[in-house]
Amino acid sequence: MLSRTASQLYWMSRYMERAENLVRMLDVTQSLSLMPQSRGAATELAAPLAVTGALQAYQAKHKQFDSRRLFEFMALDLDNPASVRSCLRSSRENAHAVRGQITAEMWEAVNATWLEAKSLPARLRDNPSAFFDWVKERSHLMRGATVGTLQRSDAYCFIRLGTFIERADNTARLLDVKSQLIEPAEDSLQPVAARQDSSAEFYAWSALLRSLSAFEAYHAVYRDSLDARRVAELLILRDDVPRSLRSCAAQVADVLPQIECQVGSLDAGRAPKLLAGQMALQLRHADIDAILETGLHAWITRFLEESAELSGAISRAYFEAH
Amino acid sequence: MHALQLPPPQHFDEMLLASGAIRPQYQGFADWLQAQTPQLLSAKRAEADLLFHRVGITFAVYGDEAGAERLIPFDTVPRIVPADEWSTLQAGLRQRVNALNRFLHDIYHEHAIVKAGLIPAEQVFANAQYQPAMQGLDLPHGIYAHITGVDLIRHADGHYYVLEDNLRVPSGVSYMLENRKMMMRLFPELFDRYAIAPVAHYPTLLLNTLRQAATTEDPTVVVLTPGPANSAYFEHAFLAQQMGVELVEGQDLFVKGGYLYMRTTVGPKRVDVIYRRIDDAFLDPLAFRADSMLGVPGLLSVYKRGALVLANAIGTGVADDKSIYPYVPDMVRFYLGEEPILRNVPTWQCRKPDDCAHVLANLKDLVVKEVHGAGGYGMLVGPAASGREIAEFAERVKADPSNYIAQPTLALSSCPTFVESGIAPRHIDLRPFVLSGREVNMVAGGLTRVALKAGSLVVNSSQGGGTKDTWILEN
Repeated sequence: MLSRTASQLYWMSRYMERAENLVRMLDVTQSLSLMPQSRGAATELAAPLAVTGALQAYQAKHKQFDSRRLFEFMALDLDNPASVRSCLRSSRENAHAVRGQITAEMWEAVNATWLEAKSLPARLRDNPSAFFDWVKERSHLMRGATVGTLQRSDAYCFIRLGTFIERADNTARLLDVKSQLIEPAEDSLQPVAARQDSSAEFYAWSALLRSLSAFEAYHAVYRDSLDARRVAELLILRDDVPRSLRSCAAQVADVLPQIECQVGSLDAGRAPKLLAGQMALQLRHADIDAILETGLHAWITRFLEESAELSGAISRAYFEAH
Repeated sequence: MHALQLPPPQHFDEMLLASGAIRPQYQGFADWLQAQTPQLLSAKRAEADLLFHRVGITFAVYGDEAGAERLIPFDTVPRIVPADEWSTLQAGLRQRVNALNRFLHDIYHEHAIVKAGLIPAEQVFANAQYQPAMQGLDLPHGIYAHITGVDLIRHADGHYYVLEDNLRVPSGVSYMLENRKMMMRLFPELFDRYAIAPVAHYPTLLLNTLRQAATTEDPTVVVLTPGPANSAYFEHAFLAQQMGVELVEGQDLFVKGGYLYMRTTVGPKRVDVIYRRIDDAFLDPLAFRADSMLGVPGLLSVYKRGALVLANAIGTGVADDKSIYPYVPDMVRFYLGEEPILRNVPTWQCRKPDDCAHVLANLKDLVVKEVHGAGGYGMLVGPAASGREIAEFAERVKADPSNYIAQPTLALSSCPTFVESGIAPRHIDLRPFVLSGREVNMVAGGLTRVALKAGSLVVNSSQGGGTKDTWILEN
């Protein structure tokens, strides 16, 4: 496969996954900001800006801070390269450049998504919840078309790599921001119900779980009230939760060895395979108490660095011209 | 019920006789049509539009914002060609394309046709499309134009005429294929009524042609595109996918040690055959336009040493130039010793004194074109011009006769077409695609373009033209 093609398949899928994760994040922050117990709407609302690094760009464009403006900027604004619509456009542009390598169903899914995002009918523009649901639906459709129709070749592998690298990154960032917003102090790592500010925290954690579609999983696994330790364990270490870090890392480690990489007697994919294997192994044998002892923020920061390193190694091994 | 408008007088209509009677090949369609409600048909047309858009069968509009793309309008009334007409056309196309390839080989080798005095030397060697770099270069099987699009029209006399040959990078074949898919999806019942020659194997034929063009065993074939911004990008991607070969851009290729390679996830891979969809001038910045970002530095050197096949070859443009067109029937006689099967539009060359006198005396009935002009620029359409325009143009022709050719005004045939007011006759042409490998091959079909404006003869998609499915009937 052409290096450029591999790269564009990977980014097609990363941008679609990013759009989905972004609406998950916007959805949860918008609903949190509506809570009466919210610690301050502005802090909640600012979270997506912080996560995507778009705070300065926002301030340059908007003086005020409210949920409608934030929605405009993070969901709809095509001048903001980090917005949901910009991601959908980038995904489609990458797909356009490789449309010979994907199935007609996949192309139709990503192209129709962009055409609708571009025209932005009122039912999406005026209704954030409808917009969020629509983006998730389109992302599911694209993934469904991929899994259901694409030959299991290198193209499929690069698409899956993009999905899981991006997803791990987003889950980690979301958990990081939320935990910083929610955790008032060190002693917060006990059951929410035992503390006074319980209802605010309950809603905050449940919103986070819902945004990652993990609320049902939490209850199925723990059959108990929400607490920070378990939420962190679920989202970092559970191998049966599809958006957890462990799950994503396992997928990446599973996909990489399937990619053809023999250049003469050399394994061109050695570096990313090593990093992905290490990451998957660490998550498999990690212990939530040890992670919390390090401090969740510090631990996530290191995870994101490792994830960026892996992403760079993938790029050097497969996408950059030999 | 659908009222069929009578065709305009002095035109050949593909479906109707002047009396309003239906030609035999359209009878089955006409019966079917009368049983359809207008609501159903307009719903089907809307469905076609939606599908084409979703599938992205669009062409990019230059200079517009990224992602701006338009559909080429698709008309659901097919153009139907009886089997016997097609077999004559097919024989004629085969003959004509053979002669053109022989001509290209000749003018880049012995120049026999020039030495025989049939074509003036300056018409060939002073032509801007003539590539001196090709002189003496031997190509596998002597094939220059592997893919040829021949534009045909049907005149009022009922005969087909060749309007022009396209030997560089003819496009439109993807519409031929997608239009058929669309018709089968929208109106499967019509395919029960008619035995229609299939076209879907075109990509297989094309791949075979490209593989035969190589000198190596098991050659690697790629499609070279200028990129997603190109107006025909959909077709490039479509053909690469249908053939199962890589779609490459110039940046994906490089030259090393006398060979051409593409950059892949497992290192460099040799490329043997390029189906290139970029013009000669952009192929190699070292040899042609230095500002080209689309090509590959050093590509020509690999080509000249025979380690790479380009389809089509470099320098084919000289054979589809307006100034060479009048000589194609002579080529058929000279190289093949046969009488041409396909008619050329009679062309007066003003550089010949007798022709020039005829042209000047009949300007009001003729279309006069600059030899190297394109896109309707520097052209006189006699019947539509004022007396003053004609007089002014006469002076220009007298001042530089060799710069002009003239042809009679052609009456393109018409075909019933859906328009806002219902079904009305609109003018059409036909572009079959001819493949030259070890032998000349084609699928029974082609792209029918239709001028959607009433009375218009301009079928180009850039000027409001649409397309139709083309049915070649089987006996």
